[in-house]
Amino acid sequence: MSDVLAVTEHRRGDLRDESFELITAGRELADGSDGDLHLAVISGDVDDFADELNREGVDAIHTVDRGEEFNHDIYRQVTEQLADEIDAQYIVAPHSVNGLDYAPAVAQTLGYPLVTDIVDADAEGGLSVTRELYNGKTEADVEVDSERAFVTVRPGEWDATEGDGSATVEAFDAAIDEEQVRSTVTGFEEVGAGDVDISEAEVLVSVGRGIEEEDNLDIIFDLAEALDATVSSSRPIVDNGWLPQDRQVGQSGKKVTPEVYIAVGISGAVQHVAGMKGAETIIAINNDPSAPIYDIADYGIVDDLFDVVPALTEQFE
Amino acid sequence: MKILVTVSEVAEADDEFEIDGLSIDDRYLTYDLNEWDDYAIEEAVQISESHDDVEVVTVTVGPERAEETIRQGLAKGADRAVRVWDDKLDDVELVDSATKARLLAGVAREEDPDLVLSGVQTADMAFGSTGVALASELGYEWGAVVNQLDLEDDVASVHRELEGGVEELTEVELPAVLTIQTGINEPRYASLRGIRQAQSKPLDVKSPADLGVELDQSVLSLTSLEEPETESDVDLFEGSADDTAEELATLLREKGVEA
Ligand SMILES: Cc1cc2nc3c(=O)[nH]c(=O)nc-3n(C[C@H](O)[C@H](O)[C@H](O)COP(=O)(O)OP(=O)(O)OC[C@H]3O[C@@H](n4cnc5c(N)ncnc54)[C@H](O)[C@@H]3O)c2cc1C
Repeated sequence: MSDVLAVTEHRRGDLRDESFELITAGRELADGSDGDLHLAVISGDVDDFADELNREGVDAIHTVDRGEEFNHDIYRQVTEQLADEIDAQYIVAPHSVNGLDYAPAVAQTLGYPLVTDIVDADAEGGLSVTRELYNGKTEADVEVDSERAFVTVRPGEWDATEGDGSATVEAFDAAIDEEQVRSTVTGFEEVGAGDVDISEAEVLVSVGRGIEEEDNLDIIFDLAEALDATVSSSRPIVDNGWLPQDRQVGQSGKKVTPEVYIAVGISGAVQHVAGMKGAETIIAINNDPSAPIYDIADYGIVDDLFDVVPALTEQFE
Repeated sequence: MKILVTVSEVAEADDEFEIDGLSIDDRYLTYDLNEWDDYAIEEAVQISESHDDVEVVTVTVGPERAEETIRQGLAKGADRAVRVWDDKLDDVELVDSATKARLLAGVAREEDPDLVLSGVQTADMAFGSTGVALASELGYEWGAVVNQLDLEDDVASVHRELEGGVEELTEVELPAVLTIQTGINEPRYASLRGIRQAQSKPLDVKSPADLGVELDQSVLSLTSLEEPETESDVDLFEGSADDTAEELATLLREKGVEA
């Protein structure tokens, strides 16, 4: 009982980047207990996926050729059976929307403690993981007092494994109980494109909940105009219906990589940062010095946006 | 039809705060209704308004302090509330989702709801796992990160919000637990009348023992809590807004930004 099971993820014909990061994280955990790293490849083009995933550090790949897309009832049953089969000490999955859709169920049935969204792990002599608490304002080390555990890893925290591998690839004969498949994926829908494409912009003025009211957006648009920039936003602005969905930056919105990204009244939650950390220069205007946006910003003004933004606009008029 | 909504109270740290041992010093914490649960309550209340005979019950794992937050849910239209707590949990730094799920399941078994709505995650701890763990505990079907919901007989047609602006369309058999994403609706503000009525709505308090749930020793323990070290050396401009704006303008011009 020292092996690690990493459950990879794909969508609409492609493996997701997280799957390759998972190999790195999984290998690290397996090294801590001198175990093997097993990958699970469930649904879709499993043979092609297995080929692509056969990278350095992977010992065995188990494929289950059933259905095209993710279905949590299938993932759940396969993961539980595989964990049992290889007597997995640790199970790892990406901290993704689909990861959230089956990991807790698997952990609950198998009795594995679950720690989600980890950013670091140490498996030498027991498991200790690092994750954020209190809205990203603090980082905590969490000791897992159990022989076994299920962890989901934050995307982008481990580098993808690149080197070629020599894992064994085998079809796993999972016994799927159809009675327990009680949800059906019927299709996908994409958020419609609007009149501006924020991912094309060189300069973005991005507004967050700190703006407080819809009417206050005026000062943001004034600044954007003065800078010849495009306006984007964090999620709450879109949730409130103040800006259309295609302006949202982040995990569930768009990924942007402008020359300059000015975050105004945005705290810098992980799901927001996922969409903008690739910006060349990041500038934050936020009156909370402990806001996580300052962890990734290059420049910042810790002050009231209602003072700074108009003053900045004035500089360009 | 009965809808059970899981409601959490979350802690928000002040701009400036101090860490006291393994938690943030209580003086710097403000407690409030979890943002995601606000949307879950609204979704349940909207269903109760558009269908006949729907009862909305909230359930909270939380200390007495949480009752103010629970009353917010009642003021927004939930019919009654249940709170579960045990003093033993006061000393647990991090209540894991398995424990929460077992406590919530204890209440769910008594209430026997057709539908359970949870928030996707709590804002403070952000495990994002309680709803699905609860479904598993109850043997209910589930769907995580739902941003559109239509009920037809015993099926919930949902959109699950995936990454990158893609939504998955899924049919989920009831009874089910759905974790609700922000933006699914527009949560209402409680009316004055709602706030008054909330005071007289039932709020039952239960212990784990009442529910037949035995609390195990916590398997997760914090060994350190720190403010994260900043990875990038952020350059902060200081001074009056006019001064900092001028400095930033100079920087922006250097970067070629100008209308
Ligand atoms: C599955 C999932 C997907 C998600 N996808 C996304 C996504 O794609 N994009 C996204 O953005 N979020 C996403 N989120 C939400 C994310 O977790 C945060 O809730 C959100 O990013 C917070 O937005 P915010 O920073 O605008 O608001 P808050 O976190 O409330 O921050 C507001 C900030 O404004 C500051 N402020 C307030 N007043 C002033 C003032 N007068 N002057 C200066 N500063 C001020 C505050 O100090 C605070 O830091 C997702 C969450 C989940 C669970």
